[in-house]
Amino acid sequence: MTATLTETRAPMAAPRTFPRPGLIRLTGIELRKMADTRAGLWLIIATALISVAIVVIQLFAADPPDQTFVNMFQTTLFPVAVLLPVLGILSVTSEWTQRTALTTFALTPQRQRIVVAKALAAVVLGILALVPSLGFAAIGNVIAGGMDSAAGSWSFGGLLLAYALLFNVVNVLFGLAFGMLFMNSAVAIVLYFVVPTVWSVLTQMISGLKTTSEWLDLSVTSTPLFENAALSGGEWAKLAASIGLWVVLPGVLGLVRLLKREVS
Amino acid sequence: MISVTSLTKRYGAHTAVNDVSFECAPGTVTGFLGPNGAGKSTTMRMITGLTPPTAGESTVAGKPYRQLPNPGREVGVLLDASAQHPGRTGREVLTLSARTQGVDSARVDELLSLVQLAGPAAGRRVRGYSLGMRQRLGIAHAFIGDPRVLILDEPANGLDPEGIFWMRGLLRDFADRGGTVLLSSHLLREVEAVADRLVVIGGGRIVANGTKEELLAAGGVRVRALDPGTLQKALERAGLAVTAGADGALSVQAEAEQVGQVAASISAVLLELRPVDTGGLEELFLTLTAGEAKETAR
Repeated sequence: MTATLTETRAPMAAPRTFPRPGLIRLTGIELRKMADTRAGLWLIIATALISVAIVVIQLFAADPPDQTFVNMFQTTLFPVAVLLPVLGILSVTSEWTQRTALTTFALTPQRQRIVVAKALAAVVLGILALVPSLGFAAIGNVIAGGMDSAAGSWSFGGLLLAYALLFNVVNVLFGLAFGMLFMNSAVAIVLYFVVPTVWSVLTQMISGLKTTSEWLDLSVTSTPLFENAALSGGEWAKLAASIGLWVVLPGVLGLVRLLKREVS
Repeated sequence: MISVTSLTKRYGAHTAVNDVSFECAPGTVTGFLGPNGAGKSTTMRMITGLTPPTAGESTVAGKPYRQLPNPGREVGVLLDASAQHPGRTGREVLTLSARTQGVDSARVDELLSLVQLAGPAAGRRVRGYSLGMRQRLGIAHAFIGDPRVLILDEPANGLDPEGIFWMRGLLRDFADRGGTVLLSSHLLREVEAVADRLVVIGGGRIVANGTKEELLAAGGVRVRALDPGTLQKALERAGLAVTAGADGALSVQAEAEQVGQVAASISAVLLELRPVDTGGLEELFLTLTAGEAKETAR
């Protein structure tokens, strides 16, 4: 092994200034970090495979008139909604569980910039996730149309796409917020699956909590996003309220924790 | 350039780092020595902005670390070689850092060959790396932004003797070109071979801080004479600090020449005159930190 450093170029005395890495660059790196580990890569592959499976099931199980582009597209959103947030969770928690925060925050000491980059990466991920959903639905719909003339309707609207996008993005940010709050992969993933479900069951079973469920159960308030009609003011308010409880609140608490926490 | 002023870190009632101050100048390697739990890592984490200090401050390249716009380009940091995602490949770890810092991606390959991780090893996931390989990756990571300051916590851990020799050369060369190195270790031999200055910490406090020569010379000389009593009196008359050992040998806080002059002036017959056999830094280190280490362990 040679002890000389071949990369030596300028004499060390010259003053140098280096620009701060921009948010776009940091966002790109955070996106890359979501997919460059084995866990991340397999989550993405699993999500895609389940989406394909759901389209295939519909080809065999659904009534031909229900085999439409919209239906196939919307059903692929559910595996995405379940699994993609786990990528959001891992994006934050793996920094602590795998202790890569030592490197991340040594290179970018302004931790809030990393948080913003991770949030932007989550948004981009939510948008990108629409592409395979649209693709799988289109392929499924072509096949459906070929098998039965009653199937294969292509009717689709920009509103539906926009709502699907919002649905994806909210879900990934939901995962990110939970990750920031709990800072531990196992804990955050388990709670992410258990807490909202228990909440749904409780608020729907107990009649006194009916109103609570209407306002603060994200699975209830996000349902109108799948109907081909613009959300009413009341529906927007309810959606916003539940996003506030499940995304904004844990996100803010998590941000405070993350900024203060000692990295070791 | 690293400057540390009165850094203190308390965890509840426990003081992990207590009023630590030192400086590392360009062109030097500073060995940061202390037993495990002495506060070395906490101090280094405070310098790199990862742990907020309870009191005191530190600057690197003239600024508090957290105010450096692109710290990786100025300071190479290796705090824990094991703190890498096991699912990423070695190459990916370096690529992420190169991109963050805006460094050309060709540098990734350059560094991989420098630390002998080029080829198939670069494409393997860190999970399969030995501790030595992780250290090499960590060293490559510290160098990737072509910094002028290095902060390395126990970089020799897990390296084989050849690797330690290589790293010594690497750090010496870096310092000789004007770089500043702060290197922690509990392996005294490792630091003794490469450091110009030593900062010894025990129980969170600095117990010794100076050039290697100063600290090593502090042991004084050992002298044995046919008539130790007469020599001791003569040495004391000359104003030197003398301690009589059990075997009739005297320990004198002075240079060998001074002791020789005194002996010659009284025509004493010397049987032995040499620097105190300290076992190098090790004994200094042990004596300086033994008490503190016990306190910490309690």
